[in-house]
Amino acid sequence: MTPEFSIAMTMALGGFGPALAIGILVAKGLEAIGRNPEAASKIQTNMILGAAFAEAIAIYSLVVALILKFV
Amino acid sequence: MASTLHISISAETIAKIGALEISNSMLTSLIASSLLIAFALLVRSQLRQTGRPTMIQNLAEMIIEALYNLVESITNSTKRTKLFFPLVATFFLFILLNNWLGLFPGVGTIGILSNEEHAAVELMPQVQAATPAQESVNNMEVNSDSATDGEYAEGVAGGVAEKVEGVHEGPTFVPLFRAGTADLNTTIALALVSVVATQAFGFQFLHLGYLKKYLNFDNPITFFVGILETILEFAKIISFAFRLFGNIFAGEVLLAVISFLVPVIAPMPFYGLEIIVGVIQALVFALLSVVFFNMATVSHDDH
Repeated sequence: MTPEFSIAMTMALGGFGPALAIGILVAKGLEAIGRNPEAASKIQTNMILGAAFAEAIAIYSLVVALILKFV
Repeated sequence: MASTLHISISAETIAKIGALEISNSMLTSLIASSLLIAFALLVRSQLRQTGRPTMIQNLAEMIIEALYNLVESITNSTKRTKLFFPLVATFFLFILLNNWLGLFPGVGTIGILSNEEHAAVELMPQVQAATPAQESVNNMEVNSDSATDGEYAEGVAGGVAEKVEGVHEGPTFVPLFRAGTADLNTTIALALVSVVATQAFGFQFLHLGYLKKYLNFDNPITFFVGILETILEFAKIISFAFRLFGNIFAGEVLLAVISFLVPVIAPMPFYGLEIIVGVIQALVFALLSVVFFNMATVSHDDH
């Protein structure tokens, strides 16, 4: 397994979970907005918040990949 | 002349005042701070109680009102909003300005060619990875013999590089400006301020009862939850710091690589992406801060 391959796999596997999580999150958020359009802005704020938490995990794996490549 | 890609994960030193090193990201965040202070002073000097405000006053009022409503929608209490609002708004504006300054033309491209020798690793294709700033500082002061540096570079880069060239002598390019939040030091500092402020607000509102969040001896379960909460506080510092750093630094790397490969037209959508990411990351940092402040000041009885 060459070094470049391990760097690529770090990013690929590390991005898979968060992408799934964000997809489910936004789907539920849109469903909630559809059911209750008046609370749209509150739901949207919390949705963005949750998506940022999930994306942070992907960013951790990105940082590991960058460190592996450039340090 | 510099047709090689220049990516460095740590900020490079551009000046030294005694023992304090000024890095390029420090310089850029100083510029961002002075811009914010200048804007605030300008608005203050022109502040009038009128139904037809000037453009600057209108702009400032728009920003302040939007942020105030945002904070109020989360805390639902005027007293807490007035307490949290300055810090949260400063987080938002400071981080936003730092993120956007990283996209400004000239940041990252205008720099100085320094003539110190330091070990560089030649990767394929011509990506030049700078060693951490610490090592270049050591080289500046000690001027160690090239043999050990070459071996160090080989040892470090053994797993990564395909072709190691030992010591690389000659002028190296050090950018004069760099996005403030693309430096891990800045983001760790911001994260520390946020988490310490959370504890401070908690103590201010709940006095010593705030410690019941971490040390709860009612039954073994709540004791365990208390330990988890303590670990969570430290994880928040790491999470805040790396989320912001990762987003902005990855954006910088992306822009550098795209501009290196296809300099015309192709970087445009990526600049748009980076502008949006800058806004979202500043918003997320500020929002998460206010949510944690709020959670710390609500008493822990509703479990």
